Amino acid sequence: MAGNIKLEIVTPEKTVVSEEAQIVMAPGSLGEFGVLIGHTPFFTTLKVGIIRYKDIKGEERLVFVNGGFAEVLPDKVTVLAESAERRRDIDVERAKSALKRAQERMEKAGATQDIDFMRVRAALERSMQRIKLAGTIR
Amino acid sequence: MATLKDVKTKIGAVKKTKQITKAMNMVAASKLRGAQSSMTGFRPYASKFAEVLGSLAQRGGNEANQLLAVREKISKISILLCTSDRGLCGGFNANLMLKAESLLKEKSKEDIKVSFECFGKKGRDWCRKKNLEIASEHVGVVGGRFGFNVAVKAGRKLIDRYLDNEYDEVYVIYSEFKSVAKQLPVIKKLLPIPPIEAAEKSKEAEKSFLAEHICEPSPSELLDEMLPRNVYVQIYSALLETSTSEHAARMAAMNNATKACNDMINSLTLAYNKARQASITADLMDIVGGAEALKG
Repeated sequence: MAGNIKLEIVTPEKTVVSEEAQIVMAPGSLGEFGVLIGHTPFFTTLKVGIIRYKDIKGEERLVFVNGGFAEVLPDKVTVLAESAERRRDIDVERAKSALKRAQERMEKAGATQDIDFMRVRAALERSMQRIKLAGTIR
Repeated sequence: MATLKDVKTKIGAVKKTKQITKAMNMVAASKLRGAQSSMTGFRPYASKFAEVLGSLAQRGGNEANQLLAVREKISKISILLCTSDRGLCGGFNANLMLKAESLLKEKSKEDIKVSFECFGKKGRDWCRKKNLEIASEHVGVVGGRFGFNVAVKAGRKLIDRYLDNEYDEVYVIYSEFKSVAKQLPVIKKLLPIPPIEAAEKSKEAEKSFLAEHICEPSPSELLDEMLPRNVYVQIYSALLETSTSEHAARMAAMNNATKACNDMINSLTLAYNKARQASITADLMDIVGGAEALKG
């Protein structure tokens, strides 16, 4: 089916993306999925990761999302994330220091599987994804 | 009667006060605009979130989650008290504390212990003065710029303690922003999460919303993920509302103060002019009296 699908990425602080896209790829918690117009209604949680979409000109755009939810309707994708950043808005320095902090705490915590460990791992994941995204060719 | 000089100094003093209140009014107005814009920024997320949560709750089992279950015996509760850091905003903080006081009284009658989580200096000072238990305090949040992570951190701590059975109920007291002229102190239950109402039915087209959606993972698992987030969303919105209300309340209070200054300046100027006229008249009488005397 031809046509564009509307993509909206909203965080509590602002609407990060609101535009038409040819295709949207998002990191669902049970695996990455792609959405074209006319998709079956679908709802899922998201992993920390990167949403890729092609804008109307066919250019690929990348947005970092910190978990959240995605709702897919035949003509619209809505992403609710705790935080989300376009590639140009990522603060690399901050992500790097967060990564360092998380690594240090990880070593201290050892392999104990308590909640704190899970949180540190989440922080690690977040900072790594940010750095990875910022590092990709502009 | 006050001398001319006294009245003049008084007028000068009132004028300076007026300058300050006027400046504070304008600062509050511009901050209000900022706070309102972050409230509008939050609205799309909040409404979508409520919509999704509502329909999920309808589908998934409601009783399964610990955050929803109402406890039979309540021995200790926590109150998240949102106030401002600064004063000079009329009855804003006093109203919030009045609400807290009434809740406190009601709960202590039933022999329930209360612990406070304070956002804002004024609420914290009030708790300290009354020797209430303060679990934690956050200064410099309300009234300034803050992100969603502030709410997440506070919410996470509350949920952890709630699940550890340290608290059996959690309330939030905040000021709801009705309009620039009206702010209402409100008590809301955070935990256990009150039964979730389905999203507004006004949207006819979306009535069967999510009904035929594929869910990944299952609806009840999704609900487990969303419920803690619901707490963060509630806290964040409470903080936003309180911040906006604070600035609105200060704007109104300072506007009134400026008006009061104007009134005072007017009446003082009148007194000053009267005193001046009286002294001129007295001087004239002296001169005329002297001239009469010389004529002999």
